Amino acid sequence: MRRVPLYAALLAYVVFLAFPLLWLLSTALKTPQEMALTSPTWIPREPTPANFTDAFGEQDLVGAALRSLVVALASSLLTVVISLPAAYSMARYRSLVNRIAIGWVLVSQVFPFILIIIPLFLIMRDLELVNTLPGLVAVHVTFTLPFALWMLQGYVRAVPRELEEAASVDGASRLRAIASVVAPLLAPGVVATLLFAFISSWNEFMFALVFLQDPDVMTLPLTLVRFTGPEGVARLGPLAAASLMATIPSLIFFAIIQRRLKSGLMAGAVKG
Amino acid sequence: MTATATRPAPPRAPRSKRRGASRQKREMWLLMLPAMVPVLLFSVGPLLYGIGLAFTDARNTRVHETSFVGLENFTRMLSDEQFWASFQIGAIWSVSVTVLQFLAALGLALLLNMNLRFRSVARVLAVVPWAMPPVVIGLMWKLVYHPDAGILNGLLGTDVNWLADFSLALPAIIVVGVWTGMPQTTVVLLAGLQNVPKELYEAGEVDGAGRWRRFWNITLPQLRPVIVAITSLDFVWNFNQFGLVYVLTQGGPGGRTRLPMLFAYEEAFRYRAAGYASMLGLAMAIVVLAVLGLYLWRQMREAK
Repeated sequence: MRRVPLYAALLAYVVFLAFPLLWLLSTALKTPQEMALTSPTWIPREPTPANFTDAFGEQDLVGAALRSLVVALASSLLTVVISLPAAYSMARYRSLVNRIAIGWVLVSQVFPFILIIIPLFLIMRDLELVNTLPGLVAVHVTFTLPFALWMLQGYVRAVPRELEEAASVDGASRLRAIASVVAPLLAPGVVATLLFAFISSWNEFMFALVFLQDPDVMTLPLTLVRFTGPEGVARLGPLAAASLMATIPSLIFFAIIQRRLKSGLMAGAVKG
Repeated sequence: MTATATRPAPPRAPRSKRRGASRQKREMWLLMLPAMVPVLLFSVGPLLYGIGLAFTDARNTRVHETSFVGLENFTRMLSDEQFWASFQIGAIWSVSVTVLQFLAALGLALLLNMNLRFRSVARVLAVVPWAMPPVVIGLMWKLVYHPDAGILNGLLGTDVNWLADFSLALPAIIVVGVWTGMPQTTVVLLAGLQNVPKELYEAGEVDGAGRWRRFWNITLPQLRPVIVAITSLDFVWNFNQFGLVYVLTQGGPGGRTRLPMLFAYEEAFRYRAAGYASMLGLAMAIVVLAVLGLYLWRQMREAK
């Protein structure tokens, strides 16, 4: 009986966390007629997938999703390719450069982006990279890099140096030792970092807002926001459906790393 | 192995070691280079450039001669009423969201750390907001707050346009801020709770300490470093929040939710005052670093 207040509290949390999600789902399944009712209903009377098919019918949304996919794929691959050697160096050698790099990783968590985004815009404009996807990829790579480095150097550290040395002693060249001994052990870490970088880019809004002004090059988050025009409630259904679909990649990512979240990833990130 | 065994006497060792060290250094630079180029070009460079811009009258247009104006932007900022209003809103927003996030997350983490049934449901739900794109979170809450099609008016039997109401808009977005940021805080606090040694609680129980005493005298002191770390990070993240509020209100109604970030964004990209906006950014950076430094310094002093 002493536990009743505890369960009540847990229930309150569940309700607070879940009700906006359920409302989004409910809105995504409603017909425009039901949406226009004066007293909103929780459970749609005639649940319809029409909003989802409508969202797929919107050329703007489909195009934006494809562009987001391209940008996220390119940025995540580039991020990992660039940060892997640096992470190896950070984990294996002690030196001033590496200490500065680690300092930068921490500082970058704190910095107000507005101070960077204005000059960055001017630079990108001079490089003719405003309103282009490669420009956005470059920016996403730069700002995902610190955390990706942090993740990867942790994974490299976890591979015992002795293994590498043992391979060299057995006559393998350093490169071969790294390729055949370190790389396979790093694979899970690389995958986690890839996914992290992909999601960061897929979800990113502010840089995209500043650097992409032409509707023809806009990514999904931007297009979703534009979609909430002044047209009223009629388009809320497809908007809710599209929002749900835009969340799927992140949900997959979190489902994969859920187990590690509790102790590993964030604990390491915070303990520094 | 034979190579090391037959290697001749020490005299030659220092030289080869030195050569090894310089080779190592070259190798290290080579490994760091690909990551350094984008960071220097798109992050460190703009940062320095931005600090410089704050002291110019730069405009975000193609045809404009930029000239050095010294502290003109700074004095303009000090006498800009909109700036003070925005900073005040930013302070209310970031402090209240950080505090509420922390309290709510601590409560949830304590519950999740107990042996309750259904806690796995709560545990999954607690991570979901984290997994959602900020833009989708904003749109979702817009649907909740929507004056006609939203559920909140239906639930409360009210007829309020939450996000357009002068006095309700800020509290309304603070709720969204708490909802959005609670997961990270909960996950980190939960990890901290699970690292508190069980023996401490057993000892406390032997000494006859009740649940509250154990919480105050064991849990909180043990959690302290984690609490300091996550509340500092939360504060900075909240102060720098942009996307969520941009989607929800765009700073409206009448600037009542115009956080400093939105204010600086408008100055830079709507009114094209790049120099002035950079000064705003610089001021924000200094305020964040000062608040953070003060907080961490006090915490460290108390910890000693």
